Amino acid sequence: MSQPSAPSDSPAGGTAPRRAARPGALNNPLARFLLRRIAVAVLLGVGITLVTFVLTNLVPGDPVTANLGQRALGDPAIVAQFRAEHGLDKPLPTQYLTYLGGLLHGDLGMSQQSHRPVLDDLAEFVPATIELAGGAIVISLVAGVAFGVVAALRRDRLSDQILRVISLVGISVPTFWLALVAFYVFFFRLQITPGSGRIAPDMSPPPDVTGLYTVDAALAGQWDVFSSAVGHLVTPALVLAAYTIGLLTRFTRSAVLEVLGQDYVRAARAKGLPGRVILFRYVLRSALVPIITVAGLAFGSLLSGTVLVESVFARPGIGQYAYKSATTLDLPAVMGVGLVVGGVYVLINLVVDVLYGVIDPRVRLS
Amino acid sequence: MRPHSGIRVLSRLPEAWRQPLAVVGGVVAVAWLLIAAAAPLLAPHDPLAQDLPRLASPGPGHWFGTDQLGRDILSRIMYGARVSIPLTLLLVVLSLLIGGALGACAGYFGRWVGEGIMRLADLVFAFPTVILAMVVAAALGASLTNAVLAVLIVAWPSYARVTRGLVLGMREREFVLSGRLLGFSAWRSLRVDVLPNVTGPILVLATLDIGTALLLLSGLSFLGLGAKPPSAEWGAMVASGVEVFDSWWVATFPGLAILTVVLAFNFLGDTLRDALDPRTARAIKERAL
Repeated sequence: MSQPSAPSDSPAGGTAPRRAARPGALNNPLARFLLRRIAVAVLLGVGITLVTFVLTNLVPGDPVTANLGQRALGDPAIVAQFRAEHGLDKPLPTQYLTYLGGLLHGDLGMSQQSHRPVLDDLAEFVPATIELAGGAIVISLVAGVAFGVVAALRRDRLSDQILRVISLVGISVPTFWLALVAFYVFFFRLQITPGSGRIAPDMSPPPDVTGLYTVDAALAGQWDVFSSAVGHLVTPALVLAAYTIGLLTRFTRSAVLEVLGQDYVRAARAKGLPGRVILFRYVLRSALVPIITVAGLAFGSLLSGTVLVESVFARPGIGQYAYKSATTLDLPAVMGVGLVVGGVYVLINLVVDVLYGVIDPRVRLS
Repeated sequence: MRPHSGIRVLSRLPEAWRQPLAVVGGVVAVAWLLIAAAAPLLAPHDPLAQDLPRLASPGPGHWFGTDQLGRDILSRIMYGARVSIPLTLLLVVLSLLIGGALGACAGYFGRWVGEGIMRLADLVFAFPTVILAMVVAAALGASLTNAVLAVLIVAWPSYARVTRGLVLGMREREFVLSGRLLGFSAWRSLRVDVLPNVTGPILVLATLDIGTALLLLSGLSFLGLGAKPPSAEWGAMVASGVEVFDSWWVATFPGLAILTVVLAFNFLGDTLRDALDPRTARAIKERAL
């Protein structure tokens, strides 16, 4: 996958000859770039479903025992019906191919647990997680980059040391515990934040357009719902962001320090440019490339964190759905979650690569 | 990096130790190891005995309070160190060995084997760690051993990636090539010239990974996919505090135990990385000029 920091495979790095231009559509670098991305996405999808499928089938756990009650298990007719209903009576390769065939038609199968199409389940739960993870990544980028720049500019002073400890605490604190503490302190004791869920219990959700309560409420002009949705988002998003803020602070600091030592920054300073111009136009712009890479990777860890944060704040999102599906070995649901998450991963990588081009003309679609 | 920088890193260690964060991290880590070793001597109560008043707030006799079954939380945390810390260390050593070996092979022998290994690593990376670990743990059945196995499956790829990158960079170096020209076999070259030069960075990664592994392991236990009651495991103890929300001490202290262990190893790892990272080292050198 796109790991700009990883050394290239080309021998004697740096002087590798440029590949000869290929004929046809592949000659267009943009087309080639997109084709490669789509191929990666398809392979990843197959890989994710295959891994999930193999994992859940090779191991002793049985979805039948996980999904049917004790009494139903004693009745062979019910067990056989459950197996037939979910295609569990067919050979494994057939089961997998059937699933892939359905996938081509946009059919992700039926959840064994909710008895609904997995696609409907995902459509219901994904938006809550997008709001949460999106809020957290925005918070992390703003705070992490700001902290990192301050730490680099005040290197080895007291503020740098304090920020170092803060960022290390951020990456060391157990997310589930921080969520509990935040919930206890801000909701239970101080009562300054709303409790669990996505909006206040006495409100009804805004008319469904995007599934994002914040956006939908704003679109419908229901500002009380909007503020309730935002209020319910702040604490979980901050808790979720703790880890990535720490990560981004550390990386921003070293990226900025790296750039500060460059000759062109020294030259800019020598010719008397104001510090603000040097910082934003010279330093931050170069430092953003490694920062964006880390932010892309950090998004993956954010999605992991949603499982724990959503379980504490009782937000019905994809993390909770993944937890329920995994513990009941609900295979189609787990694969659906895997596909969504894998898709997000591919998308984030794409965004990161495009951003490289925007920030640094040297790497534009190369 | 110069030849045998693994040894150079070691010689730079005393410098790193003068960093206050590293000292704090080292002291806390050693303290936890001692607590784990001497828990039966230190703990004021039996961690499983339910003979104290239930949900008593912190005070004399039970400094961290008691849980809903009347067990002493301080004693349970001390015994919990014997569960979490050895398992985490074992986990990191195993994923280092597995990931490091696979990564070194991928980097040194390249081509098909290497591609295969790295695509597998990519696949694991594409899955959010908790979700994949959750699937594995749930499929294998909830138990502490299976949780360790689940974390192992998601933890090895980062070692494979880093080792491969380092080995790739090392493979073309003159001293490695001259070894090959002198007739070293691939294995001997890998063992004698390449591996000693990549161990330093990988050990730093492992130090930083101890925290991540403990967070993941206790996270799985928190979700009910790891240690089973009545076992005194920190993640499971935090989870039991969710049920008795008013009694803040039930969840708070086990969480602080996790935090301090993870923080200690991150303090250590972060300082070690600074002692190692050539960029930072260069920046320090420039300042000295």
